[in-house]
Amino acid sequence: MSDFILVLSGITKRFDREEVLKGFDLTIRDGEFFTLLGPSGCGKSTVLRLIAGLEQANAGSIRLAGHEIATLPAERRPVNTVFQNYALFPHMTVFDNVAFGLRMNGIARDEIAPRVKEALAAVQLSDYAQRRPHQLSGGQQQRVAIARAVVNRPRVLLLDESLSALDYKLRRQMQIELKQLQRQLGITFVYVTHDQEEALSMSDRVLVMDQGRAMQIGTPREIYEEPCNLFVARFIGEINIFPATILRPLGEYRYLAEVNGVEKTIRFHQQATEGDEVHVLLRPEDLRVEYIADAPVDRRGYVGAVLERNYTGQTLDSLIRLENGQNLLVSEFFNEDDPDFDYRIGERVWVDWVAGWEHVIAKESW
Amino acid sequence: MRFRQLVITVTLAWLALFVLAPHILVLLTSLLSPDTQQLASYPFTMQSYTRLWEPVYASAFWQSFWLSLLTTVICLLIGYPFAWTLARLPKLPRALLLFLMMVPFWTNSLIRTYAIKLILGAKGLINSTLLSLGLIDTPLQLLYTPFAVIFGLVYILLPFMVLPLVTTFSKLDNRLLEAARDLGATPWQRFVQVILPLSMPGVIAGSLIVFLPAMGMFYVSDLLGGAKNLLLGNIIKNQFLVVRDWPFGAALSITLIVLMGLLLWFYVQANRRINRQGGLDDNAL
Repeated sequence: MSDFILVLSGITKRFDREEVLKGFDLTIRDGEFFTLLGPSGCGKSTVLRLIAGLEQANAGSIRLAGHEIATLPAERRPVNTVFQNYALFPHMTVFDNVAFGLRMNGIARDEIAPRVKEALAAVQLSDYAQRRPHQLSGGQQQRVAIARAVVNRPRVLLLDESLSALDYKLRRQMQIELKQLQRQLGITFVYVTHDQEEALSMSDRVLVMDQGRAMQIGTPREIYEEPCNLFVARFIGEINIFPATILRPLGEYRYLAEVNGVEKTIRFHQQATEGDEVHVLLRPEDLRVEYIADAPVDRRGYVGAVLERNYTGQTLDSLIRLENGQNLLVSEFFNEDDPDFDYRIGERVWVDWVAGWEHVIAKESW
Repeated sequence: MRFRQLVITVTLAWLALFVLAPHILVLLTSLLSPDTQQLASYPFTMQSYTRLWEPVYASAFWQSFWLSLLTTVICLLIGYPFAWTLARLPKLPRALLLFLMMVPFWTNSLIRTYAIKLILGAKGLINSTLLSLGLIDTPLQLLYTPFAVIFGLVYILLPFMVLPLVTTFSKLDNRLLEAARDLGATPWQRFVQVILPLSMPGVIAGSLIVFLPAMGMFYVSDLLGGAKNLLLGNIIKNQFLVVRDWPFGAALSITLIVLMGLLLWFYVQANRRINRQGGLDDNAL
């Protein structure tokens, strides 16, 4: 149990009449970079604010390192938050902003300056101590907000959409720095975002949320490669979904199935019998496209026409319309043999997936 | 574009005719010699301004200054928590309370001052209530005291303190208070460290809008303070209407205007300083 720094159990939170969270459970391990991922309004920020104490739960318990903190006011919880819009104190210098928490908590005067300097050095802002927040760029303000929080050495650092206000390039850079800082400090980070790319690239574990409920919890790889339901599959990255019917078990979780009108062998890690309906999930990069002329005659796959092609630099992304009317998104890396490969719009092609790369889940109502 | 030019022209003409011209006349009058027959006459002299240093006027000035300052402080003490509460209310009750605060303005302040006189008088509401309750045997001397003047001034000027403060508090970013809480600040620390410094523009604006008129509201002092020249406004009024020394009255007026100008300059400077600190708006004045 001591592995878990933060344990939320049975959390219910209502705003007015609306139930944002209902019987919500969450366990976060000590020292991990944990991300709450979900569309806006899914309750992820509310979870964070409940941990911080800025909201009070209607029911449930929050235990931090074994101690119940749900009843403590925000100012007495050993957690700190990096707010979405930084919320730096405009009337104070960078130094005073960072020193604020230490002063409020009665840290000895001669200890404050070295700790503030250390925190500012960690975010590479040592030269900016005497500036005012409005004299800093967005990225620098972001770093001050991080320094202001970590200087207090919280048990858990909460980050609420903290990078969303930055432009793309700066965001990528801050993602790396944040990850490094987390390793360096060894503090548990709980990060809230709606950006799946951000979640996958930074986190040790991710919780995907929707409408106040936990959908799936796991490593970024598990979430991406083995989504447990259609919501997660669709929310994380792009996905192609084929309807399929089991024809015959082949043993060892392999099944012969009719997938979108074609007989294929699929892997499905559940017991299924003839007639069971499933979804076959395929990421754009799981699919392979061949020119009709190049394909073997006995090819088992799908025929379609190229509807759209987008050059992204690293990949060629194409939208292919199958003969049954379904659109597929395919993403192919350029390879050394054929660096100039491209499709004409309207060109007829074969589409198939790399055997074994499919992910199969039980059918849900759409 | 032509509409804009028209509006600007009309406004400028209005200001030139009814603000600038009278003030130039006052300035010129203040430089003339006193003349009880013709109100003022040549030659030009600085005599009226040198008279300002006479002890009787200097002390009247100080008295007026302290009275106005006390009024301002009381308005601030009452208005600050009131404005804070108001700014944090939901929209509808807030609008309603602001409206109720404005309603008395529909009645002329002179008439309202007479009403205060009725309340504070020897047979007024307060004394008759206290007498009938047996709490006092003889009526309290409430009217014609500095207390009555301050009471009247606070009553009339309080909304001018509340309004800029409500504006300031409404603009105060609640996330800053959450950040302060998150960093361990107790309610009192949040007030001292965050709310108070960030509301300074409102405090200064409100204080000026209360302090400056308080110096000049002669009718409040006349009606509630008795025949004592408690406010600078009373002395000015008396110079014009009773003593008929127009140059001296004009000199006193000019002094008051310069003083107000200095205070406004101070406000702008302070605001700019706070702005530089925090990028807050300075649209209060």
